[in-house]
Amino acid sequence: MSGTGSVGLVRTRTARVFGGERPLVLASGAVIPEVDVAYETYGTLNEARDNAVFICHALTGDAHAAGRHAPDDHRPGWWNSIIGPGKPIDTDRYFVIADNLLGGCQGTTGPASINPETGRPYGLDFPLLQIVDFVTVHRALLAHLGIDRLLAAVGGSMGGMQALQWALSWPEQLASAVIVAASSRLTAQNIAFSAVARESIMRDPGFSAGRYLEAGTSPDTGLSIARMMAHITYLSEEGMDQKFGRRFQFDDSPDSGVHRGPGAERGFGVDFAVESYLDHQGKAFLSRFDALSYLYLTRVMDYFDPFADPHATDRLAEIGARCLVLSFDTDWRFDTTHSRVIVRRLEHARVPVSFREIRSPWGHDSFLLPIDTYHRTVDAFLTRAALDRRQRTATAPGGAR
Amino acid sequence: MSELRPDLAEVARFVPDGSRVLDLGCGRGELMRHLMDRRSCTGTGVEIDPDAVLAAIAQGVPLIELDIDHELGEFGDRSYDVVILSRVLQATYKPREVLEQMARIGSRCIVSVPNFGYWRHRWVLLRGRMPMSAELPHAWYDTPNIHLSTLADLEDLFDLVGLDVWTRQMFTAAGKHRADTGRPENLLAASATYVLIPRD
Repeated sequence: MSGTGSVGLVRTRTARVFGGERPLVLASGAVIPEVDVAYETYGTLNEARDNAVFICHALTGDAHAAGRHAPDDHRPGWWNSIIGPGKPIDTDRYFVIADNLLGGCQGTTGPASINPETGRPYGLDFPLLQIVDFVTVHRALLAHLGIDRLLAAVGGSMGGMQALQWALSWPEQLASAVIVAASSRLTAQNIAFSAVARESIMRDPGFSAGRYLEAGTSPDTGLSIARMMAHITYLSEEGMDQKFGRRFQFDDSPDSGVHRGPGAERGFGVDFAVESYLDHQGKAFLSRFDALSYLYLTRVMDYFDPFADPHATDRLAEIGARCLVLSFDTDWRFDTTHSRVIVRRLEHARVPVSFREIRSPWGHDSFLLPIDTYHRTVDAFLTRAALDRRQRTATAPGGAR
Repeated sequence: MSELRPDLAEVARFVPDGSRVLDLGCGRGELMRHLMDRRSCTGTGVEIDPDAVLAAIAQGVPLIELDIDHELGEFGDRSYDVVILSRVLQATYKPREVLEQMARIGSRCIVSVPNFGYWRHRWVLLRGRMPMSAELPHAWYDTPNIHLSTLADLEDLFDLVGLDVWTRQMFTAAGKHRADTGRPENLLAASATYVLIPRD
C-alpha cells in the first residue's frame, strides 16, 4: 500500500450511551447505571449509510486511532498506519469509528470512574466484564450515531476478539469482520502472563486494595512492570534482536576513548538497549493507563471462549457475513494456531472465511505496523466487501434500504 | 465478466449447481468466482502463492492460505460436495496423501492432470530428452511438477486410495475433447479430467 495520507487534526468526543432509565445490563446480569463512551470518527458517512467501519482496540488502546489532536503532537493515533486517505482503511471511502472500551480509562466509563451510586470511584466494585459487553457498548454508540449496519468491524489482538464476537452475536449488523492476531481461547501460557501482570499490580503497596484513587497512592511500580513484561511478549525474539541486539547504552570497550559519564559502567541499571526500551515503555505507560483497567481488561481476555457454545456460529452461518482472519508468523503471544482455531470453527460452520499467515519479524506488534502483505490483504478484502455491499443494495427489491 | 479459461470450464462442467466446493490450488480464484456467480455454489479456495491469494481475496472468494501437502487436515470429513484439484497433483510432494485427504473431505472429487504417457512425451524421451510441451512447459531442473505420472499409473493410485472413477474426459494437446477410446488414451490423450467418487 502506498497510502501515506493522514486524517489530519481530530478530536475525541464523548457520548452518554447508557444512563437514567436505561442502564447497561451486562451479559453477567450486573448493571452499570451510566456509561459514557469516548470516540472519534474519520471520513464521511455516505448517503446510503453503509460505509461505516468500526475499529475495536486492543488491551491498552484508546479512541484516538488516527490523526493528531494538535499539530505538534509527536505521535499520531495508535492505528494511523492503516487508517487514513489511501490507506487500507481508507477514510476517502469509509466512515471510520473508533471508541474506547468499556472498563477502559481514556474517556469511557471504567473502574476508575465515579460510581454515581456512591460518589466514589468504582475500584474493585466495578463488575467483571466480557468481550460481548464491549460489543454491546460499541453497538450503543452506533445507535447514538444513527448507524444500523457496518461494512466491517476490524480489530487486532483483543480488538479481533471483539470483531469475532460481533460477527457471532450480531451478524446481521456486519457485512464483514477483520480479525487480526487474535484468539478465541487463551492458552494456559497466555493466562499465566496476564496473571503475573495482575499480581505485580495488586502486590504493589500503592494498590491499596483497589482504593488507590481515594488513598492518593498509585501502584506505579506494579503497573510499569506489568507493561514491561507484556512488551516482551509483543515482540518476537528475532524482532528484539533486530531492534536491540546486545547493544549497550554506553561504550564499554576499554579503548573506546568515549567519555564515560556517571553510571556508564556495568551494573544493575539500564545497561542494554533492550532494558532502556522496556524502562521507557513501562514509564510512558503510567501517564496514560490505569491499573484497575489493566486488571479488568486482561481478565476479560482470560475468560473469552465464544466457541464453547456449540451454537456459537449458527446465526453467523445463516447470515453469511464474511470474515478475514490474519496471523503473523513470529507472533508468539497469539500464534497462528490461535487464528487457525477460529478459521476452523468458522469454516466448519460454512461461514465464508479467508485466512492468511503474514510473514513479519515483529511478533504480536506486527498488527500495528505497516506490513505490505498485511495491508494489501486488508485493502483487497474491504474493497471487495464494499463492492458486494453496493451491488447487493442496488439489486435488492426496492433499491437502497 | 470475462470467460472462464477453457480447462477450468471443463472442470466446472462436472460441478453440480449449488454445490459446496473446495478448490485446492485455486490460483486467482477464477473458477470459484465463476461457480459462485453463475452456479450458486459456495465454498472455499485454497492457495499458497502470495499474489494469487491476494487476487482471490480481491475477487471475494473465501480463501484459506495453506499448504495442500501438510494442512488438509484442517477440513472436516465429507464437509464439501465437491473437492477440485486442477493441475496441481503433479506439483504436490505426496500425491497419495493429498488424494486420501480429498477422498475424506469430499463427496465427489475432480482431478485434472497432464498425461506424462502422452505419445509426444514418450517420443521425446526415446530421443533421450525430458519432455516439454504446452502442458509441461518447464525445464526439468526448474519445474514445480515433481510427481508426473501416466494416466494408467494415476488410475492405479486412485484405486489404491479408494477413489472410483465415475467419469473421465480426455483432451488433445490443443485442449480439445477427445473421444475416450479406453486403454489407448494413456498414449493418445495429452491431459485428462477425472470425476471420482470415494468408495465408502
